[in-house]
Amino acid sequence: MNGESYQMLYAILCYNDEDMVGSWSKEQDADVMKKLAVVQDKLAKQGRLGPVARLLPTTSATTLRKENPPLVLDGPYAETKEQLLGFYLIDCNNLDEALDVARDLGAANPGGAYEIRPVGMFAPGGVAK
Amino acid sequence: MSDTAWIDAALTSARPQAVGALLRYFRDLDTAEEAFQNASLRALKTWPQNGPPRDAAAWLIMVGRNVAIDEVRRNRRQQPLPEDDRAISDLGDAEDEIAERLDGSHYRDDILRLLFICCHPELPATQQIALALRIVSGLTVKQIARAFLVGEAAMEQRITRAKARVAEANVPFETPGPVERAERLAAVAAMIYLIFNEGYSAAGDTAEIRKPLCEEALRLSRLLLRLFQSEPEIMGLTALLLLQHSRSEARFDKDGALILLDDQDRSLWNQKLIAEGLALIDKAMRHRASGPYQIQAAIAALHSRAAKPEDTDWQQIDLLYGALELMQPSPVITLNRAVAVSKVRGPEAALEMIEPLAPRLSNYFHFFGVRGAFLMQLGRNEEARVAFDRAIALANTSAEAAHIRMHLDKLMRDSQATKISKK
Repeated sequence: MNGESYQMLYAILCYNDEDMVGSWSKEQDADVMKKLAVVQDKLAKQGRLGPVARLLPTTSATTLRKENPPLVLDGPYAETKEQLLGFYLIDCNNLDEALDVARDLGAANPGGAYEIRPVGMFAPGGVAK
Repeated sequence: MSDTAWIDAALTSARPQAVGALLRYFRDLDTAEEAFQNASLRALKTWPQNGPPRDAAAWLIMVGRNVAIDEVRRNRRQQPLPEDDRAISDLGDAEDEIAERLDGSHYRDDILRLLFICCHPELPATQQIALALRIVSGLTVKQIARAFLVGEAAMEQRITRAKARVAEANVPFETPGPVERAERLAAVAAMIYLIFNEGYSAAGDTAEIRKPLCEEALRLSRLLLRLFQSEPEIMGLTALLLLQHSRSEARFDKDGALILLDDQDRSLWNQKLIAEGLALIDKAMRHRASGPYQIQAAIAALHSRAAKPEDTDWQQIDLLYGALELMQPSPVITLNRAVAVSKVRGPEAALEMIEPLAPRLSNYFHFFGVRGAFLMQLGRNEEARVAFDRAIALANTSAEAAHIRMHLDKLMRDSQATKISKK
């Protein structure tokens, strides 16, 4: 990390109205991405930017409820009584493989749910932690 | 993004839900549209100052309803009410309340109904499409007229007539039962596919003009999938549109002539759309409930997965077309299958497969194009030339004709080359 050491890694989770973002024209989308890239580049140069991912739309999401036996549902995780506690990025050939991993994780730590969502854009980034 | 750009995006995305709910409320399409229009005008006035509401659709429904009710009252009393912004100033609390009442299942059927009324079976396909683009997507008559290459007045008339038909049809406003809902869903899916094809089958100069139709169909398909998350055929439809649309930058040369799949520059394919399409097929497959859209999407996916044309899994494509033939027997599907067969078992087997189709496809451009190509591969050049001539006569677009002419030129060159070598 360029010799400097920071105190803490922070995850920044992005929320917005998917309908609306999906209605952006290609130009609007590109415009926003360009502005974001300026901010990201600055962080990257400082060695402070970790992985950045843009997820595919929630229509491509599948949810595994960690019940016994686990229950697979189409669509994103929609309940509000649980909170987001963490995430994994895993490399798979298809959704079935991703679900198998989720089932293994769920067996190790039952309760709650996993939302499985394909990643559309991924920049690995690099923080030295 | 400028002020108006984000408001436009918010209005566009809220439109199906808002117009759908207003239609349920007023039970009249014109009133619902006008109410939405009025609410949008207020949004343009107040949103830049107050910021976007938490739930844009709920806001528009609330304001649209209030304005329309005020108007009815005003007309009834024949006396002007004060030009009040009461409806808007109250919105803080009212919005929460209405958002709660607009529970998910209700607005799902609102949007489905709105799409479904455009699919009236008596309306010809082009009118269904025009109506959906106007009512659901909110495209202006001018934009739609441009996409259909007709005058604005003609399109206005077409839409007005279609609306009158729809009004007579009396689509029920009660929440549909499961069977009816499934029927509506299938009709709407077919219409969305029509919208897409209207854009996709365009060529040359019109391809660029009609591209928004493909984008709109994709947006509607995604919307439908968000409402019906566990429907494998809606996943299949969305995947199919994504995968076909992913090739749009590679489908035409600079002169507007169609480039066939084998000859496309695959680096121009949009990998983001492909990734989304493949993810959706993956999801659909888990349901083990196959259907025509899923199979077509799976065929498109096999093309998308091939980095080079020679990597294409034609054997699998042949099998998938076989399954599609069983589900939806059609000479056009057999014709498509024959192309896969020609790659797996050679042109002779493929030609044999399509010969019985001749009586039913005697006026079908692609039949003669494909037949000519098989004959050419077999070296039966004279017969190929006859088939290509017939194809040109039946071509729907100049791009189609130009493509066949390319084959003819090649035949001509080949035969000249043979003559010269014989001398």
